[in-house]
Formats: sequence, C-alpha cells, structure tokens
Amino acid sequence: MPATSAGLPERARPVLDEADISRALTRIAHEILERAKGAEDVMLLGIPTRGAVLAKRLAARIADVEGTTVPVGSLDVTMYRDDLRLKPARTLERTEIPDEGVDGRLIVLVDDVLYSGRTIRAALDALNDLGRPRAVQLAVLVDRGHRELPIRADYVGKNLPTSQRESVKVRLREHDGVEKDAVYLGTESETAL
Amino acid sequence: MKRHLLSTADLSRDDAVLILDTAEEIARLSARPIKKLPTLRGRTVVNLFFEDSTRTRTSFEVAAKRLSADVINFSAKGSSVSKGESLKDTALTLEAMGADAVVVRHSASGAAYRLANAGWTTSHVVNAGDGTHEHPTQALLDAFTMRRHLGGLEGRRVTIVGDVLHSRVARSNVRLLATLGAQVTLVAPPTLLPVGIGGWPCEVSYDLDSVVPASDAIMMLRVQRERMSGGFFPTEREYSRRYGLDAQRMAKLPEKAIVMHPGPMVRGMEISADVADSVRSVIVEQVANGVSVRMAVLYLLLSGNQSAIGPDIAENDNTEKKGAGA
Amino acid sequence: MSTTYLIKNASVLGGEAADLLLRDGVIAEVGSVGSVRAEGAVEIDAAGLIALPGLVDLHTHLREPGREDAETVDTGTRAAALGGFTAVHAMANTDPVADTAGVVEQVWRLGREAGHCDVFPVGAVTVGLRGERLAELGAMADSAARVRVFSDDGKCVSDAALMRRALEYVKAFDGVVAQHAQEPRLTEGAQMNEGELSGVLGLAGWPAVAEEAIIARDILLAAHTESRLHICHVSTAGSVDLVRWAKSKGYPVTAEVTPHHLILTEDLVKNYDPIYKVNPPLRSAADVEALRAGLADGTIDAVATDHAPHPQEDKDCEWAAAAMGMLGLETALSVVQHTMVDSGLMDWAEVADRMSVRPALIGQVDDRHGRPLAAGEPANLVLVDPEAKRTVDRTALASLSQNTPYQGMELPGAVVATFLRGTATVLDGKLA
Repeated sequence: MPATSAGLPERARPVLDEADISRALTRIAHEILERAKGAEDVMLLGIPTRGAVLAKRLAARIADVEGTTVPVGSLDVTMYRDDLRLKPARTLERTEIPDEGVDGRLIVLVDDVLYSGRTIRAALDALNDLGRPRAVQLAVLVDRGHRELPIRADYVGKNLPTSQRESVKVRLREHDGVEKDAVYLGTESETAL
Repeated sequence: MKRHLLSTADLSRDDAVLILDTAEEIARLSARPIKKLPTLRGRTVVNLFFEDSTRTRTSFEVAAKRLSADVINFSAKGSSVSKGESLKDTALTLEAMGADAVVVRHSASGAAYRLANAGWTTSHVVNAGDGTHEHPTQALLDAFTMRRHLGGLEGRRVTIVGDVLHSRVARSNVRLLATLGAQVTLVAPPTLLPVGIGGWPCEVSYDLDSVVPASDAIMMLRVQRERMSGGFFPTEREYSRRYGLDAQRMAKLPEKAIVMHPGPMVRGMEISADVADSVRSVIVEQVANGVSVRMAVLYLLLSGNQSAIGPDIAENDNTEKKGAGA
Repeated sequence: MSTTYLIKNASVLGGEAADLLLRDGVIAEVGSVGSVRAEGAVEIDAAGLIALPGLVDLHTHLREPGREDAETVDTGTRAAALGGFTAVHAMANTDPVADTAGVVEQVWRLGREAGHCDVFPVGAVTVGLRGERLAELGAMADSAARVRVFSDDGKCVSDAALMRRALEYVKAFDGVVAQHAQEPRLTEGAQMNEGELSGVLGLAGWPAVAEEAIIARDILLAAHTESRLHICHVSTAGSVDLVRWAKSKGYPVTAEVTPHHLILTEDLVKNYDPIYKVNPPLRSAADVEALRAGLADGTIDAVATDHAPHPQEDKDCEWAAAAMGMLGLETALSVVQHTMVDSGLMDWAEVADRMSVRPALIGQVDDRHGRPLAAGEPANLVLVDPEAKRTVDRTALASLSQNTPYQGMELPGAVVATFLRGTATVLDGKLA
C-alpha cells in the first residue's frame, strides 16, 4: 500500500489538518488566558513527547496574544504509570520544570490525546511530588472519549468520537519530521508508523 | 528474555546508552524536594552482601528506596551465611521470601552469574561485585560521570591505573568503555596485569608518565596493602612513585581532564591527598551518580514485564552448551 | 560352579570376528566363528560387538575410607565395571590417607568383597600427603595389597629432594611414583587454566608452566635416579612435548591423560558451573589437540579416568567454593571412542593398548590384566557396542555422585558386558 507523506497508509483518515490544529491551539491559548484572567501565574507543562511540543506552541501563542512569556516545561509521567508492569520497561522522557517551580501556580497540563485518563492521573501524581500548585488544568488537542477515570479536560481542541478499536495518531512537524501537522484516525495497523 | 545485569560485557551499546540516558533523566528528578518515585512500589529488592561494602550497599539501598521498593538487607555478618549456609540455600530462602531482585556482592568470581543461572531463584540478579570479575554498576556510574564531564565517550581517552589483576572495576570499565567507543589504556606494573590482556579491547602501558598527558580521564584503582606482601611490587614507596597520582603528575594532564577513583581510596598510596581533593577530582560526584545509575538499572530491569537491558536469555532453555573440544 | 560363557562372533580388538569360550576364570578357547562348542555354556551373541581386554584404570578416587557420602569402594567399582574396567587403582587421598599398610589393605579387602573389579590401592608417597617425609612405602609394597604405584595425587611432591628419594626408594620393589605435577607456589588459589579467559572471568590462573616445570624436573630426576616415573593427568601441549623428549632419550617415564582433557576445553568455564572445575583444569583447544596426538602416537601411554566423585553440595555452589574433579569411569570408553576412534586417530587395538595393556604394565598388574585375548589367559574382557548411542543421564549412573560433565551429551559406544576372571560383572549393559 502506498504511504502518504506522513508515513501512514492512505486508509488512515485525517481528521484534523494543519490549519485545524493551528486554530485549535490559538483558541485554547485564548481560553487559558480568559479563565486565568491573564498569564501571570500560568505554567504550561507538556506531557512528553507530543504534549511537550504542543505546550511550547501554546506558550508561543500566549506570548503573541498577551505579549508575555509563560514558563513552559515538560513532565514525564512514565515512572508514575499504572501499567508499567504490563509492558516491557519503557524509556524515560525528559522532565523539565521551569526554575519558577510549581508551588502556588496555575499549572496547565498539555497532552495530545485524552483517552482513558490514566496518563493524566499519573501526571497529577507526578505533579504532587513536585510541589503544590494553586490549581491544575488540562489542555488536550483531541479528546477521543472512553474515559476510565473521573478526569476531564478544561480545554479541548477537538472532541473526536472513536471506537476503542480505533487509534488516533497525532503528527507534528517538530516531533515527527512531517511536512504538515495532522491528526489521523484509523485502526491500529493503519495508523502505525 | 532479558533479566539480569551481571557483566558489562553483556550490554550492547544501545543497552548502555539507555541506562546512561535513563540515569540522566533520573538525576534531574533527584533535585526535587520529594525524591521518591512510586515506580517499584510493592517490589522487593534484596541486598545480598557476602562481603562488607557499606558504600555499595547503601547506594543500592537508596536507589531502591527512591523507587519505592521494599529493601531487605541481607548481609553475611550476623546471618546464617557466616555459619556456612551456602549461596544456594540463601538464594532459596530469598526466593521463598518473594524477592523480585537480588543485588549480590560476593567474594567469588561468578557468584552473581551462578545465582542468576543455576535455577535457584527466579529473581532478577544485579551483580554488585563478584570477586575479581566484574562490578558493572560501578563502571556504569564511572561512564555516566565521564560522559557528563567530557560531553560524550566516543574517542575519549580513559586511563585506568593500578591493580588491574585483582580489579573488578577495571574489568567492567574496559568492556563498557570499549562498547561506548572510548579509548582505554591500562597502566600498571606487569605483575598487576592479567595474563592474556593482549586480547582485551584496550591499550596497555607500564609507564604512567607517558600516558598522563594523553588522558581525558584518569581513574586510579585502589591498591590493597596485602598485594605488597604478595610480592607484586617491592615497596609502597616504589609503587607510589611509579604508579601513584600526585600533584606533579596531575599537572601534566590536559586542561579539562578529570581524576576518578572508585573508592575507597588509600591516600598517599595510589593517589595523594591534594589530588583527591583537587578541582579535577570528581570522586565525590561519582558517589552521587551511583544512586542515579543504580536507580536506572533497577528501573530498567524491574519496572516492566520484561527487562530492557542485559543479556538475552532464551526461555526454558536450561541446557548448557557442552563443548566437544577441538 | 562358575558359569561358562560362549561369546559368539565378537570382533577381537576390532579385527577379525571370533568365538571365545570363558571357563573357570580363563579364556578356554578362541576360535573362528562357529567353530567353538561347549556343552551347557551361556551363549552371548556378540555380532557387531568388539572384544577388548578388561580396562585398567590407573587413577580412580573411590573416596573410601572417609568420604563415603561421595563414593564407596562398592559403588565406585560398580561404576568401573559398567565402564568396562576390570581393575582400578584407588588413589591414596582418602581419610585417613592410604599411607600405611593398614589402610591400603582395608581398601584392597573392600574391593575383594565388592567383587565388581580388582582394586589395587595406590599408596601415598609422603605421610598424610603432606610432602614432608616418606610414608612406609615398603610396608605397603609388602602388604596383602601389594602396592606398586605410589602417589600423593591431589598434591604434588614438590620438594625436589623428597621426590628424588621417593624415586630412588621405590626401586627396591619395582614401584613407580605417580606424580601430580603442580608447582604449588605458581598455583596458589588457582581456579582455572591461566590464559585470556581466566583474566576475563577474574578467576585465578593455573598456568601450564606450573605443570610443565614439575614434569621437566621429574623427568630429569627419573633419568638421574634411573627410576620409574609416571606422570598423572598431563593436560598441556608442553607436557606432551616434555614426555616425548624424555621417551626419545629412553628415560623410564610414562604418562596418562584423562578422558575429559581429551574432549572438554576451558571455554566451558564461562558459565561458572563448577561441574567443569577439575584439577588440572580444562585447557585450550590447542592443548586438547596435542593430547589427542600424544595419545595416538604413544607418547602418552594411558588413558586414566581421574574419576573424582563429589557430593552435590560440593558442586552446587559458587565456583571458588566448589570441589575439583569429575566422574569418569562410566563414560571413559565412550569419550575415547568419540575423540580417538571415531575421529580416525586410533583403532580399537590401540584403545586396548592405552586403556588396558599399558596401564597394567605401569601398575605392575600385567600378570592378570591387559593380557592378550588368547586361550589360557585370564578371562578379563569387555564387549563394546561401537554403534550404540547413549545420552548421559547423571541420575542413572552407578556412582554415588552425579558430577559428570557430560550430562545430556550424546556419546557413542556402550559397554555390553564385562567379565572379571570369567564371571560377568556386567551383562546386557547392566550389573550382573
């Protein structure tokens, strides 16, 4: 089967294109500022790997809109996952907490896809070991449903109805070496790189 | 299936880099107020030490505890081992107690290998030093320290000086550093070099002064005083003069070169006090890095349903290869 | 009344087939196939089997007295019979040491009582194997056990003056000193062959020079004293060269090699399984090659098992703590067939020479063992099926211990029957 430029079989269906993603991020940036009443104590922590990329993009959007830079970092949740024993040992990703620290801040966790909610549960635990934020919010590019824990996103780029057999793959320029950002929906084999 | 860390010779380059990278991430976490991670909660790590080594045992203990594992220290002193209980029976006991991993230090070369492969235990085995064979986590923490200071190991010149013959640290370091692309030179009097060293992936020199100026890192090995009575060299003074690192020799090191020692040091013998305490010395840092590296090893061996590092062991294959000679 | 056996159609020393009649402890008749008839004889169809003189082992550890948990004279000689042996020389490193007439007579008597093969005790050279002063060699020679081979095996008679005296002293009763060649200072704490692998494994090396230095010295002492020297378990290419040189000079020197040194190499130590821990240690492939060549050309006179039983707990441990030694009696002939016969280096007549005739000569038991398979000779012989294959199962061995290095290995050849003075000790591959 011929592959697309994203390295994906053609059958995987693009559900968001570059423009969609860009608009979603801009909207989320605005919403964060609106709810936080400014950017003063906001800190963005992306969950590696693509969540960290999205956090950086959001920070840039906020800077464009507000003219101030918000601290942005990454929070690896691997060591906090509840499914470690179910899979081979995983490689750790980078955790980079800005020097300001998380205490008393409004932390916005950023991830690409919200699914079972288990990653966010792990992130909340990881955050707990780092300090005591004023509040924690969650921003995701795609919410595909099927939650297994009482977790919801505060900011959603797109709500995407899926079946559990399907797989959602986010491809970002900085991370995946693709020419254009996109989000694909298909079966596991269809969306596998 | 990968299960154990017994020898650096078993580590592929990818394995070694994975351990060092993981340790790097873990080291970043250790600056946090809450250093504990929940990763190995409910797992039991046994420190099985047949030889005294407070340093290594403590390092493993801290590493395991920071990952939330339960730690049992089982040392030869005050246990049934000193009454002559065998390695096998000790292993069976620990197995019955439900140890997930056994960190073993033993005076016999191959003890860790035996523990892992004799069918006495299903635990993961981490070699914390076996006789004069290997001490893989020491080599990993050395490599980690060097990588941090030298910005990488490929092509870096590492000089290891001292009692190579009896040194498990040297053996583990030579294998690991070669795997990681460093150029290793061993320096020692010929009496303290093993037979057949020509086949090791390193250079050998008897002349420290000629090697010092071409060293990015120099690692001094401990020389035990009993080696002198074994007739390996004439006097401490002569050894120190020919193979010790003092300020004068250190001055001939390249500008950014570092001085290392696996500890415990014999100040005034293989290393002078001013060198050990100098700015080039990374000896204290080695100790700190030991915890991160050991956390990485425990994490990679224990956290998943399959270890990420170590030799690949075919499952259910206990039949040992029988060589049919020439 | 002992049973009369008529062995039909056996290939004598691997050569022409013949019928052999065993009656009253001797080979009563040897004739062409179908020519020998005997009323009431038990007939054994030996088609495809090879008849060899009963094997003679110069180097067996029967462990009794003292370590009856490892082996007894009874179990050890059962193993010997199953391996095709009709005589074994029982080493002196028992507890108490076989350094007096009393101990050697006890071992000899136990052998007679067991009845599976002849047991010839070896006497210690020095009191308590301590290498300090000569044991009462003469008393042992004159005892009922009629000791002719003296050895401190397990320990080297390292003192040159003492070795000289021992060589001189045994001349009085045509004895032989069997030296365990191991320079003690060069092998302190030695664990395996010294070489690149020992360096990598961090195991103290047992250098070839420690064996060769003693052999060289003792060859010169034997020449000087004009006394008989036998060298136990040579294990290095250099040792073979030294023995070859000694023989070229006509010196009274003989040597043995173990089956395991003909087949196993030091690479096996890599897994630190003490089943491969033995003294002298397993050597390199080049050494194995040289030993095979030396055995084939007769430089090495004999294959001797160095059968060394150890209880499980002495092997089921870390390498350094383990005992040295491996079982050998029940696998020796198969290993020799595999390494020497099937490889084309030797024929069966040469096997008979190295495993029966010459060992009997060295041990001075050639009046009873290692004899030709001819009418009137003592009926000590073994029938071997060279086509058989068997997988070694340590739990099925007759030895009380299980420390065979060949566990799970398929080896060629099987002992079908062993006869000691006309009595079957083994029939159909089982103890009779």
